[in-house]
Amino acid sequence: MNGGTGTADNRRGAGAAERRTARWMVSPAILLIVAVAFFPVAYSVYLSLHDASITSVGGWVGFDNYAQLFRDSKFTGALLNTAVFTAVSVTIELVLGLTIALGLNQAFRGRGAVRTAVLLPWAFPVVVSALMWRLMLQDQVGIVSYLVQSLGLADSPILSDRTSLLIAAILVDVWKTTPFMALLLLAGLQTVPKDVIEAAKVDGAGALRRLFSITLPLLKPTILVALLFRTLEAWGVYDLFWVMADRQLDSLSTYTFEGVRVSQLNFAPGTAAAVFTFFAALAIALVFIKLLGARTAEER
Amino acid sequence: MSAIRVKRRPRSSSAPGIGFYISATVLVLLSIAPILWVLKMSLIPRAELFASPPTFLPQDFTLSSYSTVFSDPTFIRGLFNSALIAGVSTLACLLLGAPAAYAFARLRFRFRTFLMTGILALAFFPAVAVIAPLFLEFKALDLLNTYWAVIITDTVFVLPLTVWILTAFFRQLPRDLEDAAKVDGATTLQAFRHVILPLAAPGVATAAIIAFIVTWNEFLFANTFLFDSDHWPATVVIPNFATTHTVEYGAQAAAALVITVPIALVVLAFQRRIVQGLTAGALKG
Repeated sequence: MNGGTGTADNRRGAGAAERRTARWMVSPAILLIVAVAFFPVAYSVYLSLHDASITSVGGWVGFDNYAQLFRDSKFTGALLNTAVFTAVSVTIELVLGLTIALGLNQAFRGRGAVRTAVLLPWAFPVVVSALMWRLMLQDQVGIVSYLVQSLGLADSPILSDRTSLLIAAILVDVWKTTPFMALLLLAGLQTVPKDVIEAAKVDGAGALRRLFSITLPLLKPTILVALLFRTLEAWGVYDLFWVMADRQLDSLSTYTFEGVRVSQLNFAPGTAAAVFTFFAALAIALVFIKLLGARTAEER
Repeated sequence: MSAIRVKRRPRSSSAPGIGFYISATVLVLLSIAPILWVLKMSLIPRAELFASPPTFLPQDFTLSSYSTVFSDPTFIRGLFNSALIAGVSTLACLLLGAPAAYAFARLRFRFRTFLMTGILALAFFPAVAVIAPLFLEFKALDLLNTYWAVIITDTVFVLPLTVWILTAFFRQLPRDLEDAAKVDGATTLQAFRHVILPLAAPGVATAAIIAFIVTWNEFLFANTFLFDSDHWPATVVIPNFATTHTVEYGAQAAAALVITVPIALVVLAFQRRIVQGLTAGALKG
């Protein structure tokens, strides 16, 4: 894809020097990443198989920590919350984001203003959006609580009930990330060749037919990449639950944090939860990459 | 970069209709209404804040919420810490990321695809998977409760995004220029420094802006490795501020907005560039 084979001779001559330079350019980043990310994950696995505490690694306990994890209703609750949060919020974001992207895929005046407006929620720190929405959901002064109660949708305070907290967390995530999803998909849409669509139009294909037979198949790689990103980000949700729900709603990440950092008596199960979260994320990523690979192979 | 801009020109020949503008307006309002509402909460006096039914347009103005925020020394300190942590991390990300991205984009070496995949895979790591071991490592190295703990982790976790964006930008640059420089006797490193980097300045700026936003917003590592308000960045100060000022909802609203102002300004100034950077990588699939 880089083109330029004309200088191949030139490059072969400088091959060894080039490889040496490349090594120097890449190694600092690689070494740091290995030390601060890959090694710690491996160390987490090691810790999770021991009776570890904040001060010592402890003795080998096999999978006891994991067994303990799945007996803990707080953990299974956190797992369920995270799964529901991820599946529901990402689905809504994809459908809404795609609709918005299809709608905005044309030249219009005020494009910059629209882009800035939709980028703002994305750029806000999650902690801040969580706090903002907590204020709006608050029982005494919250506008959302007021509206929900005057419409008769709910009568108990939103912030005290786990189910409504989870629904609220999903809605906040949708507010915050749908625009980002829409921008990614819009960029993908702009690479769909216009003449193909025009040709289909001339051949008498209706708008829906064009969408499902041309646009969406061509957009599939972009959709999968966007989904991969969003799903894994949602899977690691931490800030939103921690701040908005004021620690009343658990996700896998808040559960781990509490074990490892807050109540350090739960250090070992905490590391097990971290390892579980990691391998689940890896499994999710592999599924998406498999889909993506199958897709690209089909096209070529 | 220019390639992207050119592509955008020829689009649908028909002008968008009124329905289009209505839906675009609804979209914009949905995005910014919550922000405007919180702005309103931060500007009205306490009595109006607690009024039921709530007033939709502010009846009265006061800056007292903002003076509560700015008279809190922790808060000012938090803004300073955020700027320091995000600034140093962004710089470190560029220093480590730009050479690596160039090598991935242009040079041939063994394990190139493998290493590139390894770096990008990190973007999908749940950050929580590393906090326990890093807590122990930083404790052993005496780095707990120092800026370094957070700067190191932030840098590493933003690196994949930086490398991804920069690789995409470097690939777009014409190859002839470096080849010409090399024919003139420049080494690969010299060609990178004197030919490519100046040309890629817009791409480097884009990567820097996005890295800054992401590190400014980081919460988990800061909340894990820093124990006292002297070191806390604004994202950690905010929830604690909300806990100590439980019923001062106006002050909480003001605090939420104040820490977002720097980010909002960056977005306003660079929205086009940010979108380009974020989508440049994603489109490569």
